[in-house]
Amino acid sequence: MPTLTIDGQEITVEPGSTILQACEAAGAEVPRFCYHDRLSIAGNCRMCLVEMERSPKPVASCAMPAGDNMVIKTNTPLVKKARQGVMEFLLINHPLDCPICDQGGECDLQDQAMAYGHDRSRYEENKRAVEDKYLGPLVKTIMTRCIHCTRCIRFITEIAGIEELGATGRGEDMEITTYVEAALSSELSGNIVDLCPVGALTSKPYAFAARPWELRKTESIDVHDAVGSNIRVDTRGREVMRVLPRLHEDVNEEWISDKTRHAVDGLGRQRIDRPYVRFGGRLKPATWGEAFRVATRRLGDCAGDKLAFIIGDMVDAETMTAVRDLADALGCPNVDCRQDGAKVGGGASAGWRFNTTIAGIEEADALLLVGTNPRWEASLVNARIRKRWLQGGFKVGLVGEAVDLTYDYEHVGASPDELKAIAEGSHPFAEVLRAAERPMVIVGSGALARPDGAAILDCARGLAEASGMVSDEWNGFNVLHTAASRVAGLELGLLPGEGGRDVEGILAGAEAGEIDVVWLIGADEIDTARLAKATVIYQGHHGDAGAHVADVVLPGAAYTEKDGTWVNTEGRVQHGRRAAFPPGEAREDWAILRALSAELGKPLPYDDLGALRAAMLERAPGLAEVDVARPGEWGAFGSAGEMGGQPFAGPVDDFYLTNAICRASTVMAECSRMFVAGEEATGTDG
Amino acid sequence: MTAVAEQMDAFTFSEENRAQAEAVIQRYPPGRQASAVMPLLDLAQRQNDGWLPRAAMHHIAEMLEMPRIRVYEVATFYTMYNLAPVGKYRVQVCTTTPCWLRGSDDVVAACKAKLGIGFGETTADGLFTLQEVECLGACVNAPMIQVNDEYYEDLDGPRTEAVLDALAKGETPAPGPQNSRHTSEPEGGPTTLEAFRGDD
Repeated sequence: MPTLTIDGQEITVEPGSTILQACEAAGAEVPRFCYHDRLSIAGNCRMCLVEMERSPKPVASCAMPAGDNMVIKTNTPLVKKARQGVMEFLLINHPLDCPICDQGGECDLQDQAMAYGHDRSRYEENKRAVEDKYLGPLVKTIMTRCIHCTRCIRFITEIAGIEELGATGRGEDMEITTYVEAALSSELSGNIVDLCPVGALTSKPYAFAARPWELRKTESIDVHDAVGSNIRVDTRGREVMRVLPRLHEDVNEEWISDKTRHAVDGLGRQRIDRPYVRFGGRLKPATWGEAFRVATRRLGDCAGDKLAFIIGDMVDAETMTAVRDLADALGCPNVDCRQDGAKVGGGASAGWRFNTTIAGIEEADALLLVGTNPRWEASLVNARIRKRWLQGGFKVGLVGEAVDLTYDYEHVGASPDELKAIAEGSHPFAEVLRAAERPMVIVGSGALARPDGAAILDCARGLAEASGMVSDEWNGFNVLHTAASRVAGLELGLLPGEGGRDVEGILAGAEAGEIDVVWLIGADEIDTARLAKATVIYQGHHGDAGAHVADVVLPGAAYTEKDGTWVNTEGRVQHGRRAAFPPGEAREDWAILRALSAELGKPLPYDDLGALRAAMLERAPGLAEVDVARPGEWGAFGSAGEMGGQPFAGPVDDFYLTNAICRASTVMAECSRMFVAGEEATGTDG
Repeated sequence: MTAVAEQMDAFTFSEENRAQAEAVIQRYPPGRQASAVMPLLDLAQRQNDGWLPRAAMHHIAEMLEMPRIRVYEVATFYTMYNLAPVGKYRVQVCTTTPCWLRGSDDVVAACKAKLGIGFGETTADGLFTLQEVECLGACVNAPMIQVNDEYYEDLDGPRTEAVLDALAKGETPAPGPQNSRHTSEPEGGPTTLEAFRGDD
């Protein structure tokens, strides 16, 4: 391990570290533009120059490996002068348009120019002007501002895994471009806006919307998929202006998907901001009192077994606790949190968790994907798989739809037949898994939502055991959920009780007239047409499929508008925080349930969030363990049976339109049109 | 970067060039075939009247199993790849200091007057494209121009016009010094090793 001196302080760093990393470890701040610790080293901005003893010139610390006995100085006049020189060159062609630049206030160049910039320019020639590029509906470009750090190219190539962005031309004519005008076809493209150290790449939907110093920043959790990405919600007044990623090494590192980032305009559209009651076939605005009166009347006449609750994909654990308690109080066994009908829940908890953990993927050496397209179901899990794949010695097999996952894989087959063949050891890929030291399998929720889902789960469990995936220190069995509410729902037991119906049973019961009242808690992704005969109470935040068929609509709060607990697919408990208040008369969901329970004469035993959380922990003590991945207990799950022959299909048909928030978002609609439907941009776009 | 207006729909190597391309690819170890991108681009440019259509870059990207953008990057980086149609004769005039001191201004003036075009332009008959370039490494015979693959050296105004006239007539003037000087020997003949005079 090299030991070197930095500003007089001796420090020992890991072999292979750079001088810049050593400086950081020693607490010496080094300015930089092109260097980023998650990307390859480019060494082209030259801002990180430091003085090294016995070197005739300052060295670029980001690209120079730390060596034994080096003596580095970061705060000498020579260093300052060298960096000032670099800054002056960078500013030669950089426009002075900070007042109209969206990066203003959070711009690396602006900040560092405060430390190393001159107060005037010595440059009298014409500045270079560069044509703006079209990179799709999410990334806006003002290429004259570009300082050619190439972070965006490296991110798109290395992490997003699509080679579409490059640098053409050279010297003064160098340009960052896709060359042939085309939108970036990555679901992670929004991250290049964060990476851009200047205002060359900015967020198109957020263009000229707000200044960073006007925004209130709230740290929260994303609910668009089951990854539980850590996010920061920036609000101005009541409006969510944007969502940015927050660093969490074990979950999303510092990236988020485009859906997480850009679906937020959906929070301001199609909102249910007041109660509605169906009257004469039409939904009419009502007061809370009126809505409650109608709901209580319908519920009062309804026997417990003729009532049903269906939980949506974005519901928080607190609300689900209240639902569970209310259902119990009303004697209702028909509760289900598995909108898609996934056959998970009963049995050992390892059967419905991502046991390897997301960070654990990096330690695996073989992977089998079953009926899943992680790129669309959990973009950041896919990014993690790609990260592992790039390190080499990692074989990936896929049973399911053959799609571009940004890494190479062996397409084993499309149907459960091949899964069975691997489980029985008759397929060559079984040998790959067996030979691996830490093999893993990821079963997608699409595979489990089939009628034969339980058999598939059982087969996958057999496969895991036969391939030596489960031991004391390694659990390679994983279920990849797509619903943020799923793991908490299963943990809190939002499953059909004794004699109760699951979602399919509820829908069939509603059709047959055996279920009288269906209470949808933010559940929109079901076949709502089948509910026509039943009375539907819809509680949620968006006027989507569920609200359209409802007889009573109760306005709830979206994920940015409540303090809530969500559990991601690896069992990680995380708290989201309220960034804005719900619109109009909308209320937090648990409070609605609490109020209605009182009207029904069966008041839930909590009056504030604290008491509710205590009740929640009583039901599921595991939820007290915040922010740690909780792999499940190994045991029996799934049930043996015949698997059908039809090929696996992913649960996500359209990455950009998976829930009510996305479907209300015009940005997501445009992305869907462009990337999923494949419509070309017209000349007027961008 | 030149705006690319005109493009071709499709490009494939001729049979002969394909064989040559395969031979070039064979020079590199398996998995490193992308190293062949530059010779292949050159081959494509020669086949396609001196310029590289986008279709050719796509064809090469496919042949070498590399992303298109990586081919675009190479093709735009080097000035010897033409991304827009050029004339039959690509006249590159060196105006770097040694040539300039030896009278490249006259050569430039002669080219412009004779062809009636400026730098970066192509004559209406599609015969000549005029370009200004930096040092081509023939300073000892300055001033000089390069026409396609040949150097014409020791020029002045009238000699330049003579070269261009001959090319316009479809002739191929002898490359090298245009003032009866032999290679880069001193003007008027060698002053030492005279016995070797005239030998190549």
